[in-house]
Amino acid sequence: MQQPNKLTPFFENLNFERDDNTMVINFGPQHPSAHGQLRLVLELDGEQVVKAYPDIGYLHRGIEKMAENMTYNEFLPTTDRLDYIASTSNNYAYALAVEKLLGIEAPRRAQVIRTMLLEINRIISHLFFIATHALDVGAMSVFLYAFREREFGMDLMEDYCGARLTHSAVRIGGVPLDLPEGFIENMIAWCDKVDHEVKNTYEALLTENRIWKMRLEDVGVISAEDALNWGCSGPMIRGSGVKYDIRKEEPYELYGELDFDIPISDRCDSYGRYMIYMQEIYQSTRILRQLVPMYKESEPQLMAHAPQYISAPKEEIMTQNYALMQHFVLVTQGMRPPKGEVYVPTESPKGELGFYIKSEGEPYAYRLKCRAPSFFHTGLLQDILVGTYIADVVTIIGTTNIVFGEVDR
Amino acid sequence: MAQHQVNYASAAGLPIALTSVDKLVNWGRSNSLWPLTYGLACCAIEMMAAGASRYDFDRMGTIFRASPRQADVMILAGTLSKKHAEFARRLYDQMTEPKWVISMGSCANTGGMFNTYATVQGVDRIVPVDIYLPGCAPRPETLQYALMMLQKKIRKESANMKNNTKQNLRLV
Repeated sequence: MQQPNKLTPFFENLNFERDDNTMVINFGPQHPSAHGQLRLVLELDGEQVVKAYPDIGYLHRGIEKMAENMTYNEFLPTTDRLDYIASTSNNYAYALAVEKLLGIEAPRRAQVIRTMLLEINRIISHLFFIATHALDVGAMSVFLYAFREREFGMDLMEDYCGARLTHSAVRIGGVPLDLPEGFIENMIAWCDKVDHEVKNTYEALLTENRIWKMRLEDVGVISAEDALNWGCSGPMIRGSGVKYDIRKEEPYELYGELDFDIPISDRCDSYGRYMIYMQEIYQSTRILRQLVPMYKESEPQLMAHAPQYISAPKEEIMTQNYALMQHFVLVTQGMRPPKGEVYVPTESPKGELGFYIKSEGEPYAYRLKCRAPSFFHTGLLQDILVGTYIADVVTIIGTTNIVFGEVDR
Repeated sequence: MAQHQVNYASAAGLPIALTSVDKLVNWGRSNSLWPLTYGLACCAIEMMAAGASRYDFDRMGTIFRASPRQADVMILAGTLSKKHAEFARRLYDQMTEPKWVISMGSCANTGGMFNTYATVQGVDRIVPVDIYLPGCAPRPETLQYALMMLQKKIRKESANMKNNTKQNLRLV
């Protein structure tokens, strides 16, 4: 019998003790291939899954509630810990939502740098996906190779902002720093290396690999209708043949000016999604190369000029009394955006990441909601796991590329 | 006084090394520390990076194991929520003696930036911790250093666990 208490909830739709032949097992919350703290309650008939129940909340940290007690700038480093594989995409999505609330726009150079950081993060995240997905399926060597290239990407981020994982590299209204010396050359060299390695190492190891194809083909099939109904986004929906990418649908930042393709696949299975991830890496390096001339042409201003919300440049604070007063208020009290609400979607490496902010004109958000793609992909598991074999469960969890920082928040 | 004529290093052609049981056992224990893969949040990514190609944990005899029965050291990497705390303790109890715990990152040390209703304010409220590792997230080098510190600690311990006071405390 279930003995519910504060920590062990009651599962109304599951019987743990059964009279028939099915067996109920717990997958997680601490399982090496559960991508964090996913607990799946699986009901098995032999090796076949009859019912799957994803139980989340094991990494719930109350991030949305914390946002209600923090000023807008204070909250920005907390967004790092949502999707911790690609921190800058969270920082950016949050900063963009606040900027829209304030009605300001980042200057051109800041936009170029942000787009660069976003795409570097996308490659880092996709390399991580390939590494862990291959590791889960059983290809250890791909993990070691992919992490090698990923480390060079982390080095780039470290050169820019000093942190490897939790970047906080974007500020509300711009970016804190210009690119350091030699960054562009290193980035281009990295792009060349990633392109070369993806083509000659990962694709050579995996794409036509007989075992890889047997493990991935026709596993985790999601029809386009299901994908839409479950609110999938990112590679999950593009793997089902729906051409939907927010970078193209509602272009933000510089994506309207950049030339890139959206890879889609009609296969609807894990293999199709794996191919999409591979193709997106090429597209990201393509974007990064286009950004280099844009960077060189841009003016060196890094933060938007809106002294009532964002501290003025240092020279103004040191020379003008009013700028100093505004800066003092911003530092001690925080910015006070106008009343209103805003929702801004962005295309994070995993799908649609958006922040909804309701402001009452106070320095603290009245309510902040994070629309994270992984949450919806976790919900989908209860549908697509039914009827599959227990060995494929790991593949399907891997292919959804969920991160529990943003599922549980 | 008779001179010692025996050359111990080449007696009967066999190399001889003199040591104590403590040293021999601890040499074995400290050089094959197998951690339990206990990735909870962001720090887990850095823990994976420490095990991957650039930082290469294997050269220290450290190979991640998925089962608590095969593990010697538990690296608690990330935020421990109250909902998860029960399982952390259960997995710790399932590990065989001798066992050690590394608390990785600010969240595991003290709750870090997440001072909320859902987070355990430090994993030392759940399991006894040997090494605290600061940072948010700590770099892989930091984790390697923590492991080296743990090896140093183990080499100082007695092979007989009953002689280690901390071990006695742990069994209570």
